[in-house]
Amino acid sequence: MLMRALFAAACLTAALCAPARARDLTVVSWGGAYQDALRKVYFQPFTEQTGIRITEDTWQGGIGVLRAKAASGDNPWDLVQVESEELLLGCEEGLFEKIDWAAIGGQDHYVSQGVNPCGVGAIQYNFIMAWDKDKLAATPGWAEFWDVARVPGKRGLRKGVKTNLEFALMADGVAPGDVYRLLRTDEGVNRAFLKLDQLKPYIVWWQLSPQAAQLLGSGEVLMTTAVNGRITAVNRSEHRNFGIQWTGSLYTVDSWAIMKGSPNAADALKFLNFFGDPKREAQLTEILPYGGLAKGANDGLPPEVLAASPTDPQHLSVSLQIDDAFWRDNLDKLAKRFDAWIAQ
Amino acid sequence: MRRAGLIAPLLVFLLLAFIGPVVAFLARGVEDDAVAPAFPRTLAALADWNGQGVPGDPTFEALAEDLRAARAAGTLNPAAARLNTDRSEMRGAIAAAARAVADPAGGPARDAILRADPAWGESETWGAIRRAAGPWTTYHLLAALDFKRDAAGAIHSDPPEQVVFRTVLARTFAISGLVTLLCLLLGYPVAALLALLPWRAAGLMAICVLLPFWTGVIVRSAAWMALLGHDGPVAGALSLFGPPPALLFNRFAVVLAMTHIQLPFMILPLLAVMRRVPRLQWRAASSLGAAPVAAFLRIWLPQTVPGVIAGALLVFLQCLGFYVTPALLGGGADQMLAYFIGAEATRSGNWALAAAMSLVLLGATAALALVAARPMRAAMARSA
Repeated sequence: MLMRALFAAACLTAALCAPARARDLTVVSWGGAYQDALRKVYFQPFTEQTGIRITEDTWQGGIGVLRAKAASGDNPWDLVQVESEELLLGCEEGLFEKIDWAAIGGQDHYVSQGVNPCGVGAIQYNFIMAWDKDKLAATPGWAEFWDVARVPGKRGLRKGVKTNLEFALMADGVAPGDVYRLLRTDEGVNRAFLKLDQLKPYIVWWQLSPQAAQLLGSGEVLMTTAVNGRITAVNRSEHRNFGIQWTGSLYTVDSWAIMKGSPNAADALKFLNFFGDPKREAQLTEILPYGGLAKGANDGLPPEVLAASPTDPQHLSVSLQIDDAFWRDNLDKLAKRFDAWIAQ
Repeated sequence: MRRAGLIAPLLVFLLLAFIGPVVAFLARGVEDDAVAPAFPRTLAALADWNGQGVPGDPTFEALAEDLRAARAAGTLNPAAARLNTDRSEMRGAIAAAARAVADPAGGPARDAILRADPAWGESETWGAIRRAAGPWTTYHLLAALDFKRDAAGAIHSDPPEQVVFRTVLARTFAISGLVTLLCLLLGYPVAALLALLPWRAAGLMAICVLLPFWTGVIVRSAAWMALLGHDGPVAGALSLFGPPPALLFNRFAVVLAMTHIQLPFMILPLLAVMRRVPRLQWRAASSLGAAPVAAFLRIWLPQTVPGVIAGALLVFLQCLGFYVTPALLGGGADQMLAYFIGAEATRSGNWALAAAMSLVLLGATAALALVAARPMRAAMARSA
């Protein structure tokens, strides 16, 4: 009896410990409604078409997680969706494979912000200004956002230094193209904080993206910065009439990256090739207001869907990409200064 | 011995589940173990550097060797992250230098490193590495009070636009003090009434006092949000008399909600003490000709002082650690120290600074409790 139990345990252990040599392609994304949409538009059709099975996982981001996976020796992840900051750091640190662009249609297949040595753009989203059209008929820009004399009311801003310094400089009349050049100087940073000073008594801070829409919905603020997807979602689900100002918005891109040493790198590339089909990316944009990065991903979208897409060329031409290299180097110092400023 | 056996299970539980983890966390506030594994040779070469100018060629050679070894061993990034909290150009400078010296046969290290990033030509860059040598450090504790050492070891305050934690610490004490005072002013008469009423009538009131105890702090704070909000009932009532003032996301809302939450902690100790004051004394004072005010000041008040001190201490010390109420109801300038501890731990991932700030708060709290213990014992002795 005892021997039999031991034998069973040994078999079980062996089965668990055996290296999963022919494991499925493991794809990791953010979970939730977004991953549900990914499954419907990409994962299931891909498996049906190619016979390559996909195992899904989810994560919440953080370069430390990727470092730990890469260092573990038996990394279960193949293809991971990462934020731009993780892509930058992970590529520098050698956590990702270099992308073989020739195998997935070449770099020209994508718009420029979707192309990175270690990453293929998955979705783009914007930090925009939103306002309630039922309360404010005009279309405000950053100048009006700051002009509480002419447009009285509170303003919502994300509680954090990233994005706010950029917006402040644009409100001060700086052209988007000059924002990061200025922020790399002490004068530029001082100028941004002085501009924020002017608005300070009227600011209500939000921390998680649903809060921005909630502040706007309750009338606590007249205008707020927000992530575009959240505002569109509230407009659709709660039939609100919130406007989105794309001019002077900041965008960032989440990318797919292949983990270094992945045994399924070839399959991962096949998936990326499949992912880069603009028609499929358009399907995702119809479900959730995130922009696809393959050229032509907006073709054939209904007008109201296109108007909500961050990669609509009209929106792109008036928005600015968040400079990850700048924030990688300066976040520690500027976050402390922001905390000090906000605490005064 | 038998008594020790009875409390042993609880002690073991506390040790494993509470004291151990807390000590381990707080220790991170005085540890500095990220840089030494990555830069052993550089730290050895810097040991007898005087902190002036730029160190000599052997230090550069040591740095080059360290950079190559640390990159291969994977210890470079944690070290760069730690040094970047000290000087914000360090991460970039280290990455650039590591690229520049990747090839061991690439010529003199000094030229390559200085070319890679001008930061290596500043003494403070080297000072940052040296003061991170570990294994123990005051760096995080100083940072938790906005102080920093320079390359020569002298302590300086951060520039005014970077001073945040001293402001926040002072504010934490100011808000806690104000809430304690309000609780005392509001709670003292209530406790006196409860003490003087017949037990049955007092019972119902006591339940009303205790009721908030059974509701979570978050729930009560959120309820205040709904009450004070832009479209809430208070703003609605006030709007009858003109445009209502801002009620939410300011100091007023924080103090109001904290006072509400803390009131039971003031009333209960007061009540416990007041019920022990013999009521006959009050009547005796009156019959001996003391006016009510005199009877209160000379008979009642002195005997309730232990309750006042106990209640005030309880409320004040609890207020020092408040997190969620200011976070929900306050604006940017109403956040207390606990909020910043949370922000450092979760947003910045800077556990060492979070631990150091916790140590500062714990130290301030302990000091206060010790200071207050003496008058409380004295008052207890007098009234006993």
